[in-house]
Amino acid sequence: MRAQFVLSEISVGLRRNLTMTFAVIISVALSLTLFGGSLLMRDQVSTMKGYWYDKVNVSVFLCNKNDAEADPNCSRGAVTPDQKGEILSELKRMPIVDTVQYESADQAYKHYKEQFGDSPLASSLTPDQMQESFRIKLKDPQKFEVISSAFSSRPGVQEVTDQKSLLENLFNLLNGMNIAALGLMGLMLVVALMLIVNTVRVSAFSRRRETGIMRLVGASSFYIQMPFIMEAAIAGLIGAGLACFLLVSGQYFLVNNWLVDRIDVINFIGWDAVLTKLPLVLAIGLLMPALAAFFALRKYLKV
Amino acid sequence: MIRFDNVSKSYPKQTRPALRDVSLEIGKGEFVFLVGSSGSGKSTFLRLLLREERASHGQVHVLGKDLARLSNWKVPHMRRQLGTVFQDFRLLPNKTVGENVAFALEVIGKPRASIRKTVPEVLDLVGLGGKDGRMPGELSGGEQQRVAIARAFVNRPMLLIADEPTGNLDPQTSVGIMKLLDRINRTGTTVVMATHDQQIVDQMRKRVIELEKGRLVRDQSRGVYGYQH
Repeated sequence: MRAQFVLSEISVGLRRNLTMTFAVIISVALSLTLFGGSLLMRDQVSTMKGYWYDKVNVSVFLCNKNDAEADPNCSRGAVTPDQKGEILSELKRMPIVDTVQYESADQAYKHYKEQFGDSPLASSLTPDQMQESFRIKLKDPQKFEVISSAFSSRPGVQEVTDQKSLLENLFNLLNGMNIAALGLMGLMLVVALMLIVNTVRVSAFSRRRETGIMRLVGASSFYIQMPFIMEAAIAGLIGAGLACFLLVSGQYFLVNNWLVDRIDVINFIGWDAVLTKLPLVLAIGLLMPALAAFFALRKYLKV
Repeated sequence: MIRFDNVSKSYPKQTRPALRDVSLEIGKGEFVFLVGSSGSGKSTFLRLLLREERASHGQVHVLGKDLARLSNWKVPHMRRQLGTVFQDFRLLPNKTVGENVAFALEVIGKPRASIRKTVPEVLDLVGLGGKDGRMPGELSGGEQQRVAIARAFVNRPMLLIADEPTGNLDPQTSVGIMKLLDRINRTGTTVVMATHDQQIVDQMRKRVIELEKGRLVRDQSRGVYGYQH
């Protein structure tokens, strides 16, 4: 098989259906951008959740030396070993408590580092600035108030927080957006596939003379179908390339140059998260249209 | 070369079969006219030879192969050993004469050097030497049919199938085309030609097979076209 001959057939085919090719490229680009965006959004949510989010319901933060000076709840000084033991044994006696885990300042530091990496905020911290805490899993997550009223005004306790209340609304919003993006992606994908099927049908029809003659002189069906499949794959690949460009520029302009400057308490996804998605986007952009074309040909191109 | 054993062909939506119980044999190097009025089954006969259709009953052997048992992916290989010529020429209008002939070699993956050598030879053979660069639209009907024959013959097929090759041509041009087909036949290629052209059949005096309503009604060596029409 001669590559040059096949390539010239492909370029003729792509140019003949220029408007349709554009439609395929744009719809593939949009659907894959949404796909990549929703993957990244999921990464973002799991980055924000941190170590304890899905594991516990309530956290009891204990006073450390810094808090003793700064925080009114800790005016009686840092927590003592006796106070810790008392809180722990009381927690363990409460029937609504499922499990209790103790997190030392060093562990807290480690988990913090894992979540925030080498952001400027994290690098200024030292382990002894971190708080010790009890991480509690409840049998009934709604019973946060019981723990809160029992421990929040106790000496040595800085704060009792409901793990969910803080970020739950945000995560619900992000999840909702994620589902919406996936739904939209699904629709765009259906549009893209139907466009590809239609493009193949039109180009099979407009080239029925050539394909008929190819059949007569004994060209293999692979040889006859290849230009059509390659056309769809190339259009898809261009669309996927466009999607990659949109994702990268989204990360660059929206996240790195805008959100990061304005919201510094949230740890945003970095380049590694974006770049690892690109090969997947490209592969889908290449294979999906090729497969769609292959199945469309079985229907519209007699070989 | 070709053998039909009790071949019938019916199409799904038609009550009357297109071919009914046809048995015949065509040997190597023969020249055969296939005659009969429209709807007599000539086209179906040719489509069976090309394996565009499969027989409903009976067996079709072409070039020693049972076409019913030939798997789909082997069909292209079988077709490379056949040449086909049609009434409407079936040339690619946006390719030159030379490219049209070369196309048949390109799609089966022949190396370019051999294509460059073969194409002018074949064009010489059909009497179009030096016209490689012309477009089909610039040629007369007879010349276009010569291009089509060149394309059919460029692979040196064992069997040439022609479906009314002179149907669009005036009598004088037709004679030229028939002389060309006769010459190809003399190189040892079997020729099966469906035609309505009474003059040609009567002049050439070759074997004539006549179909009527799907049945084989006459098989005559050195025959004539028929009595009516």
